[in-house]
Amino acid sequence: MPTDGEAAIKAEGLAKRFDEVQAVAGVDFAVQAGELFGFLGPNGAGKTTTINMLTGLARPDAGTIHIAGIDCSGNPKAAQHLMGIVPDESNLYPELTGFGNLSFCGALYGMSKRNRERRAEELLARFGLADAARRKFAGYSRGMKRKLTIAAGIIHSPPILFLDEPTTGIDVASARQIRQLIADLNVGGTTIFLTTHYIEEAERLCRRIAFIVRGRIVRTDTVEDLMRQTEGRHVVEFTATNDAARLCKAMMTDFPNLRCHAVTGGGIRVESSEPVRVGPLVRFLEDRNVEVSEARKIRPSLEDVFVHVTGIEARAMKQEKEKAKRGGGA
Amino acid sequence: MKARIAYWNILAKDMRSYYLKPPNISWGIVFPLAWTAMFFIRSGSGLDRIPALLPGVMAVSVLFGTTSMLAVTVTFEKKGRSFERLLLAPIPLELLMLAKTTGAILFGVANAFVPVVMAAFLTDLSGVTWAMLIPVVVLIAISSTFLGLFIAVSVSEVFEAQTFSNFFRFPMIFLCGLFFPIEQLPIWLRPLSYGLPLTYGADVLHASIHRAAHMPLALDFGLLMLFCVVLFAVSLRNIRRRWIV
Repeated sequence: MPTDGEAAIKAEGLAKRFDEVQAVAGVDFAVQAGELFGFLGPNGAGKTTTINMLTGLARPDAGTIHIAGIDCSGNPKAAQHLMGIVPDESNLYPELTGFGNLSFCGALYGMSKRNRERRAEELLARFGLADAARRKFAGYSRGMKRKLTIAAGIIHSPPILFLDEPTTGIDVASARQIRQLIADLNVGGTTIFLTTHYIEEAERLCRRIAFIVRGRIVRTDTVEDLMRQTEGRHVVEFTATNDAARLCKAMMTDFPNLRCHAVTGGGIRVESSEPVRVGPLVRFLEDRNVEVSEARKIRPSLEDVFVHVTGIEARAMKQEKEKAKRGGGA
Repeated sequence: MKARIAYWNILAKDMRSYYLKPPNISWGIVFPLAWTAMFFIRSGSGLDRIPALLPGVMAVSVLFGTTSMLAVTVTFEKKGRSFERLLLAPIPLELLMLAKTTGAILFGVANAFVPVVMAAFLTDLSGVTWAMLIPVVVLIAISSTFLGLFIAVSVSEVFEAQTFSNFFRFPMIFLCGLFFPIEQLPIWLRPLSYGLPLTYGADVLHASIHRAAHMPLALDFGLLMLFCVVLFAVSLRNIRRRWIV
């Protein structure tokens, strides 16, 4: 366990290249003990590669890793007993039951039969899976698989937990339940490193967030400080025909104090440091034969900060990820 | 203590999930039976030929039993990503891979003794040197399992592992001196024979069943052990290089 003031997870100059692709390019961050740290970025940004390096599934080309003060750069096994890992895909054993999977995972961490079976029962009850405990994992729904995979990650009560996209591709109710479980774990003192592409999830759960794009961290800050950036900003979103997107440039020429960008699904988002007057903008669009069906004021969110900092449209990122997930397993 | 718990549970899970499944048990019995019957029918000889055929049937049973299983227990789990769970466990890679291969070694040893049990009903095996036969069967099972491991970690698909295995298995059967003495092979093939672990295992099998060794037994045992160490070390190196990239 880290001593006072010592980071639970610390990465310095972490880099990894796969052939021609620089997956992670000199990443630095420190996660304090008991913190819930969010790692946000689009597909291919380097989130999973970073987790793999931190946990010992990938070898960094450069940089150092300290877990609870233990230097793991040359020996990833040194701190694996302190970590719980929940990968982006539920990779438990399909032929084992829910109970069997948890018990087996406990054994991998050297837990005695009595301890691991007691803990497995406790977690199955806590995750609402007690009724499915004796059913094979292969027959679980996607949400149940995700919950059991998280339970397997914490079977040995690790002080540090790595969660890679824990709620991607599952139903709303299960996702909600998982978010609550994550929050409860953190309240219980577990340090959590969470990668996600759900910005609202990160906003709700995390104390600090790092935005990673193309292998580089472009911003690390507390949620409060990130949100402070949106103060005094006014956002209006127009729902219009798809053609509206190409008018963004023209709109910024006619209204130089506005920042405009297209949003997925057809529409334009307009930002300004002053209150936005909707009338002239609607007229501008209608003069160009764009049918505006709705104009609504948006409360600036972390998503706006993300878009502002990374230049990536958050909804496009979410849709891309979910599409990829539907193509794969749970 | 903790590592022992992990080792035992990985082995126990593999035994339950793979080796003790009815299809594998029947494969372990039917396959050696089929080989034995095939050789008897082919040779057209009487029961007195059993001791001469037994080493070949035993070795083939071990070789096929062990190498086939690793493609499932390692390559299949790697493909399904459940193997990552093992790589992330706080146990040394050496111990992890020993746990993953122990089941195959035990399966290979069990396969080897199916023809022996059959032969015991048909012929007199009192001349067999069991103190030599049992250790060499174990060593052949270990070297074949580690050969299977080497193949399993060199590929990414189960079918590739099975195909790749055959490149080793079939030439090995015919070149290792089990059925044709190495001296009768063309001279250019002989160096290949001496590069195969089964050549040394077959020599000890012949010696322990019908006292026909061609090489010093200490050399046979020493080289078999060396093959085990080298194949295991190379497999570990490949896992570190290919799977922990």
